[in-house]
Amino acid sequence: MVTKLYSVLAIAVLILAGCESDQVEAPNEAYKSQYQPRASGSTLLRGAIVLTGTGERLDGADVLIAEGKIVAVGPGLEGEGAAVIDAGGNWVTPGVIDVHSHLGVYPSPGTASSSDGNEMTAPVTAEVWAEHSVWPQDPGFVTALAGGVTAMQILPGSANLIGGRGVTVKNVPGRSVMEMKFPGAPYGLKMACGENPKRVYGGRGMAPSTRMGNVAGYRAAWIKAADYRDKRTAFAKGIGEAPMRDLQLDTLVGVLDGEILVHNHCYRADEMAIMLEIAEEFDYKISAFHHAVEAYKIPDLLAASGTCAAVWADWWGFKMEAFDGIRENAALLQNAGACAIIHSDSEIGIQRLNQEAGKVMGAAARVGIDIAPEIAIQWLTRNAAKALGIDEFTGTLEPGKMADIVLWNGNPFSVYTRAERVYIDGALAFDRDDPAADPVTDFSLGTAAMNGGAK
Amino acid sequence: MIRPLCKQVMVLLLLTAVLPVYAETTAIVGGKVHTVGPQGVLENATIIIRDGLIDAVGTDIAVPAGATRIDAAGKIVTPGLFTPMGNIGLIEVGFSAGPLDYVQRGDQFTASFEVADAFNPRSTLISVNRIEGVTRALVSPAAASMDETGFTSHVISGMAAVANLSGKEDSIDRRDAALIVNLGEGGVEYAGSSRASALLILRNALDEAKDFALHREEFERGEHRDYNFSFSDLTALQRVLSGDIPLLANVDRASDILGLIRLGDEYGLRLIVNSGVEAWLVADELAAANVPVIVAPEANLPSNFDRVNARSDLAAILSKAGVKVAFADGSGMTENARNITQSAGNATVGGMSWDAALRAITLDPAEIYGVADRVGSIEPGKEADVVIWPGDPFELSNYPDQVFIRGEAIEMKSRQTLLRDRYMQTGSHERPAYRH
Repeated sequence: MVTKLYSVLAIAVLILAGCESDQVEAPNEAYKSQYQPRASGSTLLRGAIVLTGTGERLDGADVLIAEGKIVAVGPGLEGEGAAVIDAGGNWVTPGVIDVHSHLGVYPSPGTASSSDGNEMTAPVTAEVWAEHSVWPQDPGFVTALAGGVTAMQILPGSANLIGGRGVTVKNVPGRSVMEMKFPGAPYGLKMACGENPKRVYGGRGMAPSTRMGNVAGYRAAWIKAADYRDKRTAFAKGIGEAPMRDLQLDTLVGVLDGEILVHNHCYRADEMAIMLEIAEEFDYKISAFHHAVEAYKIPDLLAASGTCAAVWADWWGFKMEAFDGIRENAALLQNAGACAIIHSDSEIGIQRLNQEAGKVMGAAARVGIDIAPEIAIQWLTRNAAKALGIDEFTGTLEPGKMADIVLWNGNPFSVYTRAERVYIDGALAFDRDDPAADPVTDFSLGTAAMNGGAK
Repeated sequence: MIRPLCKQVMVLLLLTAVLPVYAETTAIVGGKVHTVGPQGVLENATIIIRDGLIDAVGTDIAVPAGATRIDAAGKIVTPGLFTPMGNIGLIEVGFSAGPLDYVQRGDQFTASFEVADAFNPRSTLISVNRIEGVTRALVSPAAASMDETGFTSHVISGMAAVANLSGKEDSIDRRDAALIVNLGEGGVEYAGSSRASALLILRNALDEAKDFALHREEFERGEHRDYNFSFSDLTALQRVLSGDIPLLANVDRASDILGLIRLGDEYGLRLIVNSGVEAWLVADELAAANVPVIVAPEANLPSNFDRVNARSDLAAILSKAGVKVAFADGSGMTENARNITQSAGNATVGGMSWDAALRAITLDPAEIYGVADRVGSIEPGKEADVVIWPGDPFELSNYPDQVFIRGEAIEMKSRQTLLRDRYMQTGSHERPAYRH
């Protein structure tokens, strides 16, 4: 009965929203988020070390959750009717957010038939959307959840100069990607510098085959997009004909209009600097460089442009453009006032983004840069939310925000610490002490994931 | 007058450069020493290093006169770490740049392919990994997919070596530490059809090698049937058949592991399982057959249909069943062999004991590859690979204060620390390239 009522309400809301829509790009509600939070109830986490994600650390503090939202954070809270969890000895942080995942588009098992992350048929495929490849039954979603991940951006791969739209999802089980889509999250656009596009297409004897070819390719795409936008604007004013709707250019215009956020795979400092020039030429913003192993060479440029750098803790050298990777990258960015993010690009790494940050903190301390836990946690929470454009909803523990929360059994930056409980919109999404209640994907039925694989 | 003197100095300098100079004695004093040997854990202990070897370790040892004294009070001291799987010294940049010296394609040579001959002691990867405590490495040949010429790798990749990370010319400790073969899904690709054919190819090699041993003279006279495998391969396989060289199989599926154990029984082989994602399903069989397993504790996903039953407590289950375990970095990146301490920490969370996890990154791999008489623990007579840590070596915040390889305090620098230091310099208006 309750479910039915919700469905009716949801449909009503959808119809209303549909009536109000006047966008050229989305004439109806197709592909929109159908995410429904699970019932939250009210929970009081009592007496924890709380890293709020805003840069604060509160010792012996409480976190009160109700109706899916954070009600209050601080000492001595009371919540009438709230389930009280003794969190003494625990650390509490915002849910971990990975800005760079391929879960669902390169799922486990990694068979050729489910390799859906790279539309490697043209260097510019802005028309494809990663969400149309996402297989929600990827067991990697559950193992990521056990690592405290409450939201992630799923991106197309990096074979193309412009690879297509990324989608931000809540890390919840869904029968379709629509049931996972983060409500209100903007789309991302995957772009890629460097080796990959020029190797993939140069290898076929077509453009781009060089880095200068890469740059010509991006610029040509933006010129087309600007022209499309101008024709559309003119038509709206009654001048000329409406251009035929073009999926590729819809997405690129979304970037020029500031509605779609650019996530740019780019390793080398010199290439990041050139990408910032292209953004200047065509007047768009790069939300974040991903894999930016040389970001530590240009923190000033990144800080000035307000572009985040999403980095690994220590991946390096596996390809030429990763040769100059250093462990202190994120810490040097932080130290210079730039926005640092730790990302995974890996179904294994996403399970331990906290550990990756821990390695950076230790390396930085060796050279006299002390990164406090309340700062480092921002690399995998608030800064990630900011780069995805969802920081008004999640990423910090502040009243009114979604109750996306991790309860750790110790300092999250220790190798010995694990996420004990994970809340998404206030609902208990993962509980290490109650494996029977944890989600299991269809694929994992009857496998070891039922008795230990996921943890 | 000047010239002869010059010559003498030159000769002296040359001697110093060429001969290993182990005249020094070093005493590491006051640390908590995890010997990983019979002496166990020693508080406030002293290690004496002489001529590159551990001379003594204990709590009541006097520091010899003239010894270089290194204060390790409040520190943790462990043996050097041993990474049991990877390609260190055989690559600079693994993907899309430069040669991959671990790959042998085609059928001409298999078992006789020895990567030791390709090892580069000055590889960039060596300093990056050794300053974080890795002092020894298995250097393995590996299979690769079909290349542009249509050559796939063989089911038998070749002979792996053990190397030290001293950066010196005599880095190879053992040329023939293990014969590497690929079964399961990998083997299917290299055999070109089924996992059954991968096993068949291996059997065929072993059968031919046995036959070759009996009929070598007739064969050389041209009075014996031809073999599928080359003369050099059949020669190399003899020491695998005799059990001198273990056969290491890259294999995950439980049924394939059992097939390997049967093969080992039949031919009297010494076996090692690498990867072994489903090994927990056959832990008792592995323990009974005395087969060690090299695992990545982080590999908990069913990444292919050989790994459907992956689980994150694999190392703990194996260890508790009495199987010898060593850790390869979960990301599978040779560049980051240094992360085996993180893997060890993660394995303890999976339920493995801390001591077993330390053993898994020191003595166990040394035993697995037959070099435990020389390295793997802090025991008198062994080569002095010693690491001084500011605290728990598994903890993410801890990096070594000092690493010794064969008794020598290595320079705690790498290309990465140089890059870091260059770009950390503040207050300089010079461009980075002028900040040396």
